[in-house]
Amino acid sequence: METADLIFRIVLIVVIFAISLVVAMYSTYAERKVAAFFQDRVGPNRAGPWGILQPLADGGKMFLKEEIIPTNATGFLFIVGPSLAILTACIGSAVIPWGSAIQIGGRTFDLQVTDINVGVLYIFGVVSLGVYGIMIGGWASNNKYSLLGAIRAASQNISYEISMGLSIIALLMLTGTLSLKEIAEQQHGFHWNVWRQPLGFILFLVCAFAETNRSPFDLPECETELVGGYHTEYSSMKLGFYLFAEYINMFISSAVMATLYWGGYNYPFMDDMAVWFSPNTAAIVGVVILFGKIFFSIFFFMWVRWTIPRFRYDQLMDLGWKILIPLAIANIVLTGVGSTLLTHFGY
Amino acid sequence: MSTFYFIAFLSIFFSILVISAKNPVHSILYLILTFFTFTIHYILLNAQFLAIVNFIVYMGAILVLFLYTLMLINLNKESEPVKPFMVKIAGVFGGGILAVAVASSLKLIGASNPVLLQNPDLGLVKNLGKVLFNEFLLPFEISSVLLLSAMVGAVLLATKEKEPKAA
Repeated sequence: METADLIFRIVLIVVIFAISLVVAMYSTYAERKVAAFFQDRVGPNRAGPWGILQPLADGGKMFLKEEIIPTNATGFLFIVGPSLAILTACIGSAVIPWGSAIQIGGRTFDLQVTDINVGVLYIFGVVSLGVYGIMIGGWASNNKYSLLGAIRAASQNISYEISMGLSIIALLMLTGTLSLKEIAEQQHGFHWNVWRQPLGFILFLVCAFAETNRSPFDLPECETELVGGYHTEYSSMKLGFYLFAEYINMFISSAVMATLYWGGYNYPFMDDMAVWFSPNTAAIVGVVILFGKIFFSIFFFMWVRWTIPRFRYDQLMDLGWKILIPLAIANIVLTGVGSTLLTHFGY
Repeated sequence: MSTFYFIAFLSIFFSILVISAKNPVHSILYLILTFFTFTIHYILLNAQFLAIVNFIVYMGAILVLFLYTLMLINLNKESEPVKPFMVKIAGVFGGGILAVAVASSLKLIGASNPVLLQNPDLGLVKNLGKVLFNEFLLPFEISSVLLLSAMVGAVLLATKEKEPKAA
């Protein structure tokens, strides 16, 4: 790898890391503002203009609070839990293509940290690893409520991973590649995958809600039944890490959804843009558009949270096993038959 | 090569911790680390697909279920099953014999004829898929039927109890 390439990669990694943290930070603010909007309230408005410094105030409070480790907790694992949660949340961003290639001084740079040829599976692996943070933390707290929350998280993640995987398979049958870069390139212009896989997208969306433990699937932290769920015993920044990991997960899963189904950085008339202005301008507009899609998707997560009440646990399992999995299998069959017929009749 | 020796050392180190850890949950966590080192081994062998599947299936699903089951079991000192002394002796004896058998059979194979891969990129998704669905289609399908029958069997066992009540 050349030096210029290496430097660009390192800069890109730092920038993406910073962006995911800032987005997660301001998602907490946005969540409270959105909640206020839906409930006809004002929301946070004291710290700075429109309460825009509220996340900083929250962060300062988290850092300065007294740190409590319960006497009966398993000390080391109690710390490993939140660390693992935030680690798995952050490493998912490595394979997402943030934009088409840009040119600096005659060189071409990809706006993607690494393009491994099993990118989709990598995301899937990171998601399935994410549950360990919750499980280890919940178990190490040595508290019945935490343990119940951890167990709920584990069974929920495993159940919804299956239908998530099946809904991705239908998409992969059309794209024929596992590399996220190629998947994004195939959706050039307005050929977004969602037009070809509407059912697959809906299944993926529901599973993404379940995998990120967002309402209406936030049963691991159901406060009416389990006090605080898996993070009952946590305080200070360790609690902050758990909450933060949820928002980073939301950001990453929004980015994955945008890349897999909503065309990633592609937008209509992108070739005309490159001709009218310059290829770099078109690429930068693409990045902005990708972030627009991601932010809308994050807003959608919040919209659903403040609209739909939480499921009961048996309803959650019924939905996962009896509705989503059969639908996902039907989607695979339909996709297979459909693409075979289309090839047969020469489209 | 030094990477391989380091990772191999880690694999053996963590697998020894799996069996020597007092707390079953700790031993599962060491098992997760062991499987993680296996994933690195696969990547060193350029078998990306196998690596990521090992990551997803073993680390992400099977061991989560192990951990899940262990968390539900009461792990107090009092409820710990104490095996009689004779059983322990028999276990050591059986394990020793197995070790001798494995060591001698490994000696017979010998490290002198290593397997040479014709295609070093065999482990990539596309090549692996082609081999799996052309050359080894029948074994592949049969193994999937085997898994399906295991699943049907599990469902049957789980629902068997209910029938007399309904009748």
